[in-house]
Amino acid sequence: MKRVIETSHAIALAVKLARVKVIPMYPITPQTHIVERLAEFINNGTLDAKMIHVESEHSAISALQGALLSNVRAFTATSSQGLALMFEILQIISGMRLPAVMVIANRALSAPINIWNDHSDAFAVRDQGWMQIFAETAEEALDSVLMAYKLAESKEVQIPIMVNIDGYSLSHVYEPVDIPSQTLVDSFLPKFKLEDYLDINNPKTFGPIGFPDSYMYFKEAQHKAMKNAEKRIKEINREFKKKFKRSYGNGLVEEYKIEDAETVFVCLGSICGTAREAVDQLRVKGKKAGLLKLRYIRPWPSKSIRKALNKAEKIAVFDRAFSFGSEAPLYTELKATLQDKQINSYVVGLGGRDVTIEHFKKAYRMCSKNKNGWLY
Amino acid sequence: MNKKMKITKGAVIKEPGSTVKYKTGSWRTFRPVIDYEKCIRCGLCWSQCPDMAIEKKGNKFVINYDYCKGCGICAENCPVKAIKMVREEK
Amino acid sequence: MGLPREEYIASGHRACAGCGEILTIRHVLKASGKNTIVVNATGCAEVVTTPYPQTAWKIPWVHSAFENIAAVASGIDKGLECRGIRDKINLLAIGGDGASFDIGFGSLSGAIERGHKFTYIATDNEAYMNTGIQRSGATPLFANTTTSPAGKKIHGKIEPKKPLPLIVAAHGVSYVATISIADLPDLYAKVKKALKAEVVSFLHAFCPCVPGWKYPSSKTIEIAKKATATGVFPLYEIENGILKFTRKPAKLEPVNNYLKMQGRFKHLSQSEIRQIQNYVKERYNFLLSVENSKCFDTLFK
Repeated sequence: MKRVIETSHAIALAVKLARVKVIPMYPITPQTHIVERLAEFINNGTLDAKMIHVESEHSAISALQGALLSNVRAFTATSSQGLALMFEILQIISGMRLPAVMVIANRALSAPINIWNDHSDAFAVRDQGWMQIFAETAEEALDSVLMAYKLAESKEVQIPIMVNIDGYSLSHVYEPVDIPSQTLVDSFLPKFKLEDYLDINNPKTFGPIGFPDSYMYFKEAQHKAMKNAEKRIKEINREFKKKFKRSYGNGLVEEYKIEDAETVFVCLGSICGTAREAVDQLRVKGKKAGLLKLRYIRPWPSKSIRKALNKAEKIAVFDRAFSFGSEAPLYTELKATLQDKQINSYVVGLGGRDVTIEHFKKAYRMCSKNKNGWLY
Repeated sequence: MNKKMKITKGAVIKEPGSTVKYKTGSWRTFRPVIDYEKCIRCGLCWSQCPDMAIEKKGNKFVINYDYCKGCGICAENCPVKAIKMVREEK
Repeated sequence: MGLPREEYIASGHRACAGCGEILTIRHVLKASGKNTIVVNATGCAEVVTTPYPQTAWKIPWVHSAFENIAAVASGIDKGLECRGIRDKINLLAIGGDGASFDIGFGSLSGAIERGHKFTYIATDNEAYMNTGIQRSGATPLFANTTTSPAGKKIHGKIEPKKPLPLIVAAHGVSYVATISIADLPDLYAKVKKALKAEVVSFLHAFCPCVPGWKYPSSKTIEIAKKATATGVFPLYEIENGILKFTRKPAKLEPVNNYLKMQGRFKHLSQSEIRQIQNYVKERYNFLLSVENSKCFDTLFK
């Protein structure tokens, strides 16, 4: 059924369709519309789940961990400062290999306090052992939540995942969304069952102390599981296509007019729509532009990136976060992946600054002169 | 370089009570010795042991020297002074 | 003695000889029984019982972080409810004084306010022992710790102990009690009552610490006994808002009988001992003055 709804609403519907049982939540802008919809579902009796109105994001992520350990599917969402407050528990969850799913309505970090969109929150927690996907549209956000549960809970993966949506510029946007039926989702997403959970009939110990003789092995295993996820992401994308009649590139990356492109834009999230439009306008002028949309930053899809950008002469990478004293994070990582290419860095859209077609055109011109820059 | 340890996913420990493999008896400098002539089998020593190192066997309380750390709580509180702390010979 | 024989924590754990915290947990678990899940905060108990790949626990146990046991227990509580098995399980959140009085206080307060069902046990050894005896909000007046040293100018901790059980009771919870390993019948009765509560119940456990309090390891029980005999750690319960002493010494011993057993108080002057005596007396008299009154019931329900 196709309906024009807000992305936050689409995400809430995905959570409902995933038959989530426990939802610890703490309000923060711009995430709140998601949990408001979920609270309505619960209080109107259309979603059979328990909401825990915790007193902080730190407790939200902790209660999420508790719910998972009691062997039920759970959900929470946050933004910016909330994610920063959760920081400590993120690697506890990934280290314990719990398949948590959390939506981040991406927002800039304080100070100065700023409630608008960029990716500094997501990149600040990049190395905490969570997979991270970025959605471009409301429909992709809904689909990504469903795929995220399946992926995180896959036995060969068992790694938590953050579904990133741009705050306001995606979270509060109304778009037509094809909402799948419960039957279809049930045929895609298996019932929740952990191999290890808190069971009085089979007592296990979770979260012990790992001395120097063992700690490294757990971290290595987390990395291996994350690399296993690359294959699984592609499989799930294919299965999703079969069932829901839509998919997203190869699951890890999506290409747009890239085959003959001389200059390729690389970006994440909602600005990909603007980038597509810029590509089209540049092509009208005879300029061979293309777009590579990264869906995942963790696992980092290096093989898919190398394959997609094999023929590109120039690459313009757009970051909405920055590593102070160094470089923009996607740029750094892309350079490491494609060491023989000309890659230029453009920092855009921090703290909700508009990213327009003109920004991409300007980057195109600067890239032809091999120049980097912050574009306002 | 150390030999690689076999690990479980997420560091879950599936063997409840497995610390029994580690004998803490070597920590002791004094050992409690029960004088069964005096012992009234009240079980106070058993109930006050932080190491679960006193066991009831039949109608007798027996110290398990594999685990007893020699804290001396049992000897201190024995109502009939039936437990003596004796220096360990090294 | 009529105590359950089954043990839920195994020998071979790495706690110090004479540890009051492990002994407390041993008996709390015996009272709670087989169908128990424990959420344990970072701290001595967590570290000494779970050196991977070994565990001392014979029941399902989880450690997440220092300040979040009440939140993790909240998630477990609701998860078990969704699975329809909540009533079969005793859920315990066990944290030391650092975890309970200080860093995890917000999480505890939030969980109480939301009306979750679990029993919170604050195993109080009156300082951050696992990190090397640093002062906490539970450290008593004038105690010598590594961050409140008995110096020439300042003699130990200059603030009194935070009255956590009363603060918890002010939330309007149905059961709050103090427990001590020096009185096992009292401890068992209180754990049983706490487990029957339909909301968060709270037990404040007095846990002498050999290296932190600086006394011979054999004196753990003796010190706990003296704490109650001197009024330093009175045994009471607050049930449905009504406070009752469960043990009331005929006459309180001088507080110095308790202080002089411990190295952490050996620097005290006569005047400081008098100040502690007055402080203990005032607190004790306050509890006496509200005994049997409905103060917690009427104010906060």
